[in-house]
Amino acid sequence: MTSHELPHPIRQTPFFTKGTIVLAILAGLGVAAYLYRMIAGLEASTNLNDQYPWGIWIAIDVATGVALAAGGFTTAALADIFHKERYHVIVRPALLTAMLGYTFVVIGLLADLGRYYNVWHPMLPSMWQGDSVLFEVGICVMIYLTVLYIEFLPIVVERFKGRVNLPGILGIFNDLIESFLTIADRTLGRFISLFIIAGVVLSCLHQSSLGTLMLIAPTKMHPLWYTSISPLLFLLSAIAVGFPMVMFESILASKSFKLKPETSVLASLARYVPVLLGVYCAIKVVDLAMRDAWGYVFDGSFESIMWLIEMVGGILIPMILLSSEKFRNSVRWLFVSSALVIVLGVALNRINVFLVAYTPLYPDGVYIPSIFEVMVTVGLISGLVLVYRLLVMNFPIISGEESGPDRGRRLTKTPIAQEVRQGN
Amino acid sequence: MAINRRNFFKLAAAGSTALAVGKAHADDSGLTVDCSDNYGVLVDTAVCIGCRRCELACDQEHTKSGRPPESFDDKSVYEKHRRPNKDAFTVVNEFADPAKPDDKYTMKVQCMHCNDPACASACLVGALRKDAAGPVVYEEWRCIGCRYCMVACPFQIPTYEYDKALEPRVRKCTFCYERITEEGQMPACVAICPNEALTFGTRQRLLEVAHYRIKSHPERYVDHVYGEKEAGGTSWMYLAPAEFAHTELPRLDHSAIPTLTETIQHGIFKSFLPPLALYGLLGLIMHSTREKKDRSEESSNHD
Repeated sequence: MTSHELPHPIRQTPFFTKGTIVLAILAGLGVAAYLYRMIAGLEASTNLNDQYPWGIWIAIDVATGVALAAGGFTTAALADIFHKERYHVIVRPALLTAMLGYTFVVIGLLADLGRYYNVWHPMLPSMWQGDSVLFEVGICVMIYLTVLYIEFLPIVVERFKGRVNLPGILGIFNDLIESFLTIADRTLGRFISLFIIAGVVLSCLHQSSLGTLMLIAPTKMHPLWYTSISPLLFLLSAIAVGFPMVMFESILASKSFKLKPETSVLASLARYVPVLLGVYCAIKVVDLAMRDAWGYVFDGSFESIMWLIEMVGGILIPMILLSSEKFRNSVRWLFVSSALVIVLGVALNRINVFLVAYTPLYPDGVYIPSIFEVMVTVGLISGLVLVYRLLVMNFPIISGEESGPDRGRRLTKTPIAQEVRQGN
Repeated sequence: MAINRRNFFKLAAAGSTALAVGKAHADDSGLTVDCSDNYGVLVDTAVCIGCRRCELACDQEHTKSGRPPESFDDKSVYEKHRRPNKDAFTVVNEFADPAKPDDKYTMKVQCMHCNDPACASACLVGALRKDAAGPVVYEEWRCIGCRYCMVACPFQIPTYEYDKALEPRVRKCTFCYERITEEGQMPACVAICPNEALTFGTRQRLLEVAHYRIKSHPERYVDHVYGEKEAGGTSWMYLAPAEFAHTELPRLDHSAIPTLTETIQHGIFKSFLPPLALYGLLGLIMHSTREKKDRSEESSNHD
């Protein structure tokens, strides 16, 4: 029925290349800055103060990190709930991104928390505070991260069941892990659907609630972003960025591992993006009009420029690009437009909401992140890419075919492949 | 007296919990709890002489910064606007109506102890809470250090011990919680105030006093009790000789700050119905599309 390959560990490329060595150095610097923050404290390592309690660790590592991990639940919804079978090839990469994305969100969050060792407190019923938006976000993220690990278990089972062979002294755990994988294998198949749906519901809840967070500071927020439908906008933009994130990664991975890009799958996935962006954009514009806030768009302030970059560069341009079949069938344009949605449409939006829109009442200068804050953020992103690479090289996640040596180089011009149908 | 007072607070706590359960909106504040019996302080800036004794008393009671007492006599600090910080829970600043720049008046700022505090609504582990006696209390052992309270506070009051790598605390005026609830005393700043610019009492009584003063001396005060309505009302309230816009106190709506976020949160989680409905809907879709797929596969097998 199909010649398409099943997911398999990608082994023909070495782990270390020029690019990954640079990433490893950045990740190493990030670890050093992270340790410095833990030892020296927030005052020494950050530019946070009483006027600016939140910086890039919240805006980028946490808020943007969660938004960009949305590919996990949108892809799961598309392939496993709506049963669009051809998209099954991207479910595992998207799941891995979400799992690693949320894991790194938590690592980033721990750097920001003054008492990171109390991060488990929201799990205690005696600490629950149901009025708090942050409580809901925290609980949902905790449960969702667990769900993601459970969803990833079948991949571990597939790779290691019957083959657990830990080195040296760890060998004593072989039988234990083997029986755990066997039980997981027997039970998961029956219940995995429940977890997949739970993952989508949990995502909808906390993606939107991240947009509620700043609504508690009405007097400090710029009117361009302060709207009571902020949670809806956060949810819609998370849904809209899910597929671009999958496209972006898939193209990067196929380039890095010299695989044939999944152009046909990505091109048809890209058809959804202008629709999702269009809904998000329309609601954003109508909301602005209803709040009579158009004046702020053209007042030439820093905020207005940031808002326009977000709307034009991150929403309108990729929306127009991906509406055209010609651009959708070009790997290069798929890459460019998904990058625009990711960086300008969503990452910049989260930075705008959490940093640009926030003006304290008694500012004493503006907040500019310290070198350590930047090092930790860059280090986390680099670390995430490295772990992603390590895992796709060792687990059956990507199902791409190896391309010939010359095709690898002509990657961006690959014509649309015969429609690939993943059967099962 | 002290014992009676303690019992009174236990009763008050039980009463306010009951009120919180049976939510009812009384005015435009969106407030659900009656705070008129809470303790509060009325700050009369027309009477304040800017002696900074309140800063000294607060430092000796709480922050214990080690600054010598004489340093609090220094009036040159008024040249620069100051804000409370982790080493000073209250500070006095000097203001004037720009139309009458020579008529300077001084004003103490500290935590306002809101009736419906945004910091407490924001805190995910309940480390900040509005005590039935009035103070907004911080329990540091609960705190995870997320600093969302600082984002939320409409008066920008909570400050943080950024310098501590371990056990950093949110720092702000405590309203001398133990002194007023257990020792039956007034807050340290009120007790020391030489000119009775600070009046301690129940919120309802203080409002009567405030409006009486405005009525008896209309030439001395602007007709506005700051904190009576602002942000749903606060335990600490102010009288001033000129518009509050000339001071550092922010212009705020009458609605309580957390109203919007709590409405959204409680709407989404109403008896957990919306999430469960979404779960059910997705389950239905999953089930029906799966059947369709099976059927189409069957038919293609037959062909």
